[in-house]
Amino acid sequence: MAEFSSSRRNFLQLPTEGSLLETPHFEPETATTAPPFTLQGGLTPYSGIWGREQAAHLLRRATFGSSQAQIDRLYKLGNAQKAVDSILNVPKAEPAPPVNNYNNDEFTDPDVPFGKTWINAKRNNDGEFFRITSWRSWWMERMVTSEANILEKLILFWHNHFATRTDISFSGQACYKHYLILRKHTLGDFKQLVYDVTVDPHMLFFLNGLYNGVNAPDENYARELQELFTIGKDNPEHYTEADVVAAAKVLTGWRLEYETNKVFLDPWSHDQTDKQFSAFYNNRVIKGGADAERELRELIDMIFQKDEVSLYICRKLYRFFVYYQIDEQVEKNVIQPLAAILRQNNYQILPVLSTLLRSEHFFDAVNKGCFIKTPLDLVIGVLRNFNVYIKGPTLYDQYQILTSLGWTCNDLQMLPGDPPNVAGWPAFRQAPKYYRNWINSDTLRNRNIYSDVMTYWRYETDSGYRVFIDHIAFAAQFPRPDDPNLLIDSILQVLMPMPFSTAKKQVLKSILLSGQAQDYYWTVAWKNYTANPGDKAARDTVWYRLAALHKYLMGQPEYQLI
Amino acid sequence: MERRSFLYHSCAAAAGASFTLKGMPVNTAPQKSFLDALNFNGNPENRVLVLIELNGGNDGINTFIPLDQYSKLSKFRRNLLIPERNVLRLQGTQVSGLHPSMVPFQKMYNDGLVSVVQNVGYPEQDYSHFRSSDIWMSASDADVNIENGWAGRYLEQRYPGFPIGYPSDANPDPLAIQLGAVMSLALVGSQWPMGMAITDPKAYYEFVNSVVEPAPEGFFGDELEYIRLVTQQAQQYFKSVKGAADKGRNQSTLYPPDDKNYLADQLKIVAQLIKGGLKTPIYICTLHGFDTHSGQISSSGNPLEGNHAELLRMLSEAIYAFQDDLKLMGIDDKVAGMTFSEFGRTIGSNGSFGTDHGAAAPLFVFGKAVNPGIIGKNPQVPTDLSESDDLPMEHDFRAIYTTILKDWFGLEQPESILGQKFPILPIFKSISTPTRDIRTVEQFELNARPNPFRESSTISLQINGGQVSIRLLDGLGKMVQTVAEGYYAAGTHQFLLQRQNLPMGQYYCQVNVNGTIGVQKVVAM
Repeated sequence: MAEFSSSRRNFLQLPTEGSLLETPHFEPETATTAPPFTLQGGLTPYSGIWGREQAAHLLRRATFGSSQAQIDRLYKLGNAQKAVDSILNVPKAEPAPPVNNYNNDEFTDPDVPFGKTWINAKRNNDGEFFRITSWRSWWMERMVTSEANILEKLILFWHNHFATRTDISFSGQACYKHYLILRKHTLGDFKQLVYDVTVDPHMLFFLNGLYNGVNAPDENYARELQELFTIGKDNPEHYTEADVVAAAKVLTGWRLEYETNKVFLDPWSHDQTDKQFSAFYNNRVIKGGADAERELRELIDMIFQKDEVSLYICRKLYRFFVYYQIDEQVEKNVIQPLAAILRQNNYQILPVLSTLLRSEHFFDAVNKGCFIKTPLDLVIGVLRNFNVYIKGPTLYDQYQILTSLGWTCNDLQMLPGDPPNVAGWPAFRQAPKYYRNWINSDTLRNRNIYSDVMTYWRYETDSGYRVFIDHIAFAAQFPRPDDPNLLIDSILQVLMPMPFSTAKKQVLKSILLSGQAQDYYWTVAWKNYTANPGDKAARDTVWYRLAALHKYLMGQPEYQLI
Repeated sequence: MERRSFLYHSCAAAAGASFTLKGMPVNTAPQKSFLDALNFNGNPENRVLVLIELNGGNDGINTFIPLDQYSKLSKFRRNLLIPERNVLRLQGTQVSGLHPSMVPFQKMYNDGLVSVVQNVGYPEQDYSHFRSSDIWMSASDADVNIENGWAGRYLEQRYPGFPIGYPSDANPDPLAIQLGAVMSLALVGSQWPMGMAITDPKAYYEFVNSVVEPAPEGFFGDELEYIRLVTQQAQQYFKSVKGAADKGRNQSTLYPPDDKNYLADQLKIVAQLIKGGLKTPIYICTLHGFDTHSGQISSSGNPLEGNHAELLRMLSEAIYAFQDDLKLMGIDDKVAGMTFSEFGRTIGSNGSFGTDHGAAAPLFVFGKAVNPGIIGKNPQVPTDLSESDDLPMEHDFRAIYTTILKDWFGLEQPESILGQKFPILPIFKSISTPTRDIRTVEQFELNARPNPFRESSTISLQINGGQVSIRLLDGLGKMVQTVAEGYYAAGTHQFLLQRQNLPMGQYYCQVNVNGTIGVQKVVAM
């Protein structure tokens, strides 16, 4: 143990030496002191060094990436506890709903005027594809533009947990309502969330709940409720097939109006017999009757009496925010205490996440940089890292830009709204690869092509509006863009999860200097540009070098890690 | 245990898992290999296996339809059952037929290019898609978790040391190709993924060169190393795949237009790459959508239409075009294909014009090298259906993997990959497995009673007359007793199976009537 610890410590300290020490705009403690070594780190609140490095780590995991300004703001709060409070302070108000931004030559929504929201419109199967796309775009826009808090990342967690697809309900309204349910309970009551999702139209469609009736039971939801949403199968002693059958009976009778997604109970379809559960649930019998709502509450209460629920959801949270390996120590020192917190707090999520994110374990150097970016972390992250402006001049431009981003995510195997199946994305569940599922020859190439497009080319809408990285504006926000060494350090802090070695930084610098040895070539070029911002040649000189640098950096394997 | 060494420990355990799954000593006693007898394209190293995953759990009953079970089926799945007159008939059998949207596949069957294995599954069915497909991919027992794939383990054994030193002059091509962007667990080795995922074989991308410093120890270093490796390999394999794609030309005109049939699009690329000289031995293609809880048939109630009909049409069309392509290219004797799905579906239908998760289902192996016909009997549908009734398994899916590893890839000891021995099924043509002529496949009824037995069991066999042999094979597929051999007239005959000195265990009673084989599992207690 001791030998191992010291070797790890060495590597962790190594990259902090070098030019960072001389960097004037970094506070000294960022670079000079290694983080306290806490391999055993449990859930004790982290009280170690608070530098930009720690602030950036928190932002990378709890949001879809961050800008220099967001890192700075969090850093200036002064310690991890205040920073985590700030991350967990999520807006309560419902956002402005998605609108018809999709009317075009091929399709005009007959029910909803351009610019007005479609969320209250009746189902129109000719238009639902566009409404769903509009909903997805709206959601992705929130991911790109949200402030530095955990809300959207956590909604994605719940989306992966209660994974649904858009093609079954095929209703923009059902998708939107589903999103609002996840959002409402994001940091709140997990048990209530399970209840609400169970009778949510989008889910009733997705797992056939609306067809589940006394004469033709459909076990689909009853199974996933236990297997994927609450109990899980981590413990070999789990619910039985008979429990799936019994739960399916409890769940009979929920119906909805196809046109409006209004959910109601049909007493004639509800199985009113008593439902017998197995020894796993202490042979519990849920009394049958006409009141299907009561039975559902009892079913969920019964399920939540099992400790498996809290353990299962805490493991999932851990894999979503920290790392996929859960060994005996993590299980004992992190998962089990978190699960106890969840139970003690009546299944409120906030205390659990608050404890996890502010813990020594979360800030432990061993857990940094080991999370392979999800496609959304990558696609949205590039935009957030570089402050890419995505507001088009018209709603339709906006629709096109965000739709294109959606297709990019789809190519990378993560289209929000459409995980591959009800178990969610394999990266969060499939051992042994977990996150590595995201990376193969095909997706890695597509990730690189995306960052190349943002670097050298652009997304262009029909009207000619362009979305791309403004390389000069990105560099200009740093304290010393004229000094190639300091500029590179600043850029690395935004883009990379770990400091680079001196040798690797030399390579970066040679890109800025076009292979020349003297730093002042860059300084002169930069000053020449700032003195004559209108001079195309002066501007191009710095633009192309910065673009080459950014392509190179985003092509590094390290850029895939947070 | 400290964290790090725990991780290494669990990795090592995973690596060794394939050898000691049940702590069972690997039996090295020589077993007759069918390999030498195979007269197809000599060197098994040149052979290609194409796996077709029917994702979601395919409804076996409506795919390979048990006509002799109709009276019972019409009770339990009346609204979904294919009308008897629409079922596609097959040469040599009166009791099984194909879904009406599989006309091309019917032709392939009648041309002797298809082997159907009945009632494939595993003991103690787990009805979860995820767990069940993990079981199929990893080839584990239902109650054992193995975190790597059977094909991955096989490739690991065949190409030692991978990924270090690959690609090389001797092995310039990907070891396995997954069509699509998501790699299946089947291709994951104990340490690394053994395959490569591609969507477009002609796409090529030049990755940025990096200064490669040793990855630091720790989780960050582990993940970094992984991404670096994928980058390096992708760079080189892109070249070989693109080279093959540029050289190989599809020759069949039977493929549907692009984007109309997802499976055909994938198989077209596979044929192109094999023809183009790629030495990759394993390909995996996927057709999604078989989880037909609802909409299995059209909502108008016409069982000939709907999602399942459409999927089977795609499957049948795609395989037929692929086989035609291989034939025109002159490479059909080195390619075999297999369909599989994580489970079958319930005997009864539900209220949503669909079926729920079930157990055993038929599986198809196709190609010029297969021994055509049907292995096993139609599933027996119970007279009264209770909620827990599902079609029982007759063949463990790992018996098919065993057969493929041994008879197709020439691996002497498939148990080194699968951890246990499973019987070899007569899927491929070989001397020990008499080649069947599909046109004269016999119908017969085989029944051993009592089963399980202590002293003896009586085998009753109803035949139309001909050359009969009855053999008892042990759980490893080795012949332990000849029960009967000779010519028998039409009618019902009874044979006595004597226990003699046989140890307790599972046996297979293999009956061969004029070259048609039927198998019944018997248990000596």
